[in-house]
Amino acid sequence: MKIGLLHSLIRKDEKFLIDELRSRKGIEIVLMDDREITFSLGNGSYDIDVVIERCINHSRALHALRLYESFGIKCINSYKVATICGDKLLTSVALAENKVPQPEVRVAFTEESALKAIEEMGYPVVLKPAVGSWGRLLSKINDKDAAEAILEHKTILGSYHHSIFYIQKYVEKSGRDIRSFIVGDNCIAAIYRTSPHWITNTARGGVASKCVVSDELNEISVKAAKAVGGGIVAIDLFETSNGLMVNEVNYTMEYKNSIDTTGVNIPQKMVDYVLKVVEGDNG
Amino acid sequence: MKAECPVCDASINLQEGTVVGELLECPECGTELEVISLDPPKLNEAPQEEEDWGQ
Repeated sequence: MKIGLLHSLIRKDEKFLIDELRSRKGIEIVLMDDREITFSLGNGSYDIDVVIERCINHSRALHALRLYESFGIKCINSYKVATICGDKLLTSVALAENKVPQPEVRVAFTEESALKAIEEMGYPVVLKPAVGSWGRLLSKINDKDAAEAILEHKTILGSYHHSIFYIQKYVEKSGRDIRSFIVGDNCIAAIYRTSPHWITNTARGGVASKCVVSDELNEISVKAAKAVGGGIVAIDLFETSNGLMVNEVNYTMEYKNSIDTTGVNIPQKMVDYVLKVVEGDNG
Repeated sequence: MKAECPVCDASINLQEGTVVGELLECPECGTELEVISLDPPKLNEAPQEEEDWGQ
């Protein structure tokens, strides 16, 4: 079986996957660097059974997935999953359509309407770029003065993309949130991300510790994964007095610091899933 | 297999199984490096984070 690994830089996450793939019999790995690949529309011919997407750049991942799928190649994750997860607005719509609990979200397209929405929601709220990762450019807005300033700055200094205002009700999370790892139909592991800062991303200094996968966590995580199209995803969740709520869904999940923390061989589960999907398609 | 750190000239041992594109940290100066070639072994400073990097 030929497995294409679409990548940018090879981080520890990708290296773990490569090592896992190398340990399996009958697998040939084709490393595809998104800085070097080119596509010829309508003329593509790829001798690859499946593409595992592991790009760092969201835009490259998104477009490459669409192109590989146009050549009839199975991709994990799919273009659809990348499209939905790469855009917080689309993710929230998918969660809402599938009745997955999430914090209140409002969307507006002008400074004035965004301010009106924020005032109606009540403070604090979090303003997020619809497309963005690793906690970049998140703004916690505690009062009207801050709201007006942030909205004006985004409108004037940002690209138009930053004037699609995605507003999420701030959830008090007592210093931690949960990240769960979903592979197919299973929540295989989860961690708490703890930080004194309200942004708990490990990329921003959040510290990982093991979280036991409860029935509730498993159920909401799998439901959220299915809502965005399934596959291999990582879900960020808040613990609230009304139960768990889904904050975000990530489609190129980073897990390197979670293997030892959870005791789960995450790349092994990922490769098992990929092989099962390909063999299922071929069978 | 050894390669030279482009920042501090330290000699860095590349482990078996290293691949082009792999990130590693110079044990001497701590700079994040990218393996850009294996034959001959060559390292560059890793690219800086871009706006749409993430997961």
